[in-house]
Amino acid sequence: MANFKKKQAGTKQEVPTSAMPDVVFMLLFFFMVTTVLREVTLKVKVDLTKASNIEKIEEKRLVSYIYIGPERLPGNKFGNDKVQIDDSIQEDIGAIRTIMYDKLLEEQRLIVSLRVDENSEFGVLTDVQEELKQAGTLRVNYSTKNEN
Amino acid sequence: MLLKKRQRESAEINGSSMADIAFLLLIFFLVTTTINVDTGIGMVLPPPLDPEVEPPPVHQRNLMNILVNEQGIIVMDDVRTNINDVQTKLIDFIKNPEGSEELAEDPLKAIVSIKTVRQTPYRIYIDMLDEVIGAYALLRNEAALANYGREYGSLNKEQRDAVNKIYPKKISIAEPDPE
Repeated sequence: MANFKKKQAGTKQEVPTSAMPDVVFMLLFFFMVTTVLREVTLKVKVDLTKASNIEKIEEKRLVSYIYIGPERLPGNKFGNDKVQIDDSIQEDIGAIRTIMYDKLLEEQRLIVSLRVDENSEFGVLTDVQEELKQAGTLRVNYSTKNEN
Repeated sequence: MLLKKRQRESAEINGSSMADIAFLLLIFFLVTTTINVDTGIGMVLPPPLDPEVEPPPVHQRNLMNILVNEQGIIVMDDVRTNINDVQTKLIDFIKNPEGSEELAEDPLKAIVSIKTVRQTPYRIYIDMLDEVIGAYALLRNEAALANYGREYGSLNKEQRDAVNKIYPKKISIAEPDPE
């Protein structure tokens, strides 16, 4: 019985938790900084194709996205190929020029990331590229997944 | 009076729930975070053509015309080509090891012109572009190994620029013919 008493009298069994809020806050700040809150709600279906010789876009703030794919219709149906910039579908292809030009004025090193559905045809993309040329946003990136 | 004052609650804010609040926020950001890196094939579009300025003349032998038609068939300089052969053919064209009259005079002068039609499937186009970029990547890696004894990826910026000068990536995206 005396032995039992001795054991209990030894070191404390509790883990010190006073630093826990600090640790949690550190993690919190990490995730707050890395989070990109504003995700675009896609109105077109975009399944990216795959490629192997790809590069990463390091500076995300330079990137502006253009989505091309079949329009999502109510009832899980898909319509014709449409172009989406930011949150809205652009019916008028000619308007892309001014939109992209405004973006270029804000950020000179703009990269346009073209997220095109793999099953779409090249025609719409051709029109968009022509607009991009006119707007002067010549740096593009065909968004693809990694093949490996 | 004095006794009453002493019995007042302490002025400190109770901080024991701070950890809980922080945890809650942490879980929220954990759930909403998507750490995804954007990857893709980088390209630079040609500037818009000025109708009054004549394009500079290009020797036909320095130009590799790649056409992807509506059936997804790849045609390189009028020869139907399998997607797997695009890379080797392109490397042959750029380097021209045997000094053929038909292929590029010099890697500096070699231009790859990519043409599509409106019905070209996007996937085939990307596959083909992937092969073209891959051909240049192989050539640059080769040049890097020959000149610096290291892979292209481990070169510094100046060395990379030097290698890029040996094999400049001249890819032109031609407009499809109006129908």
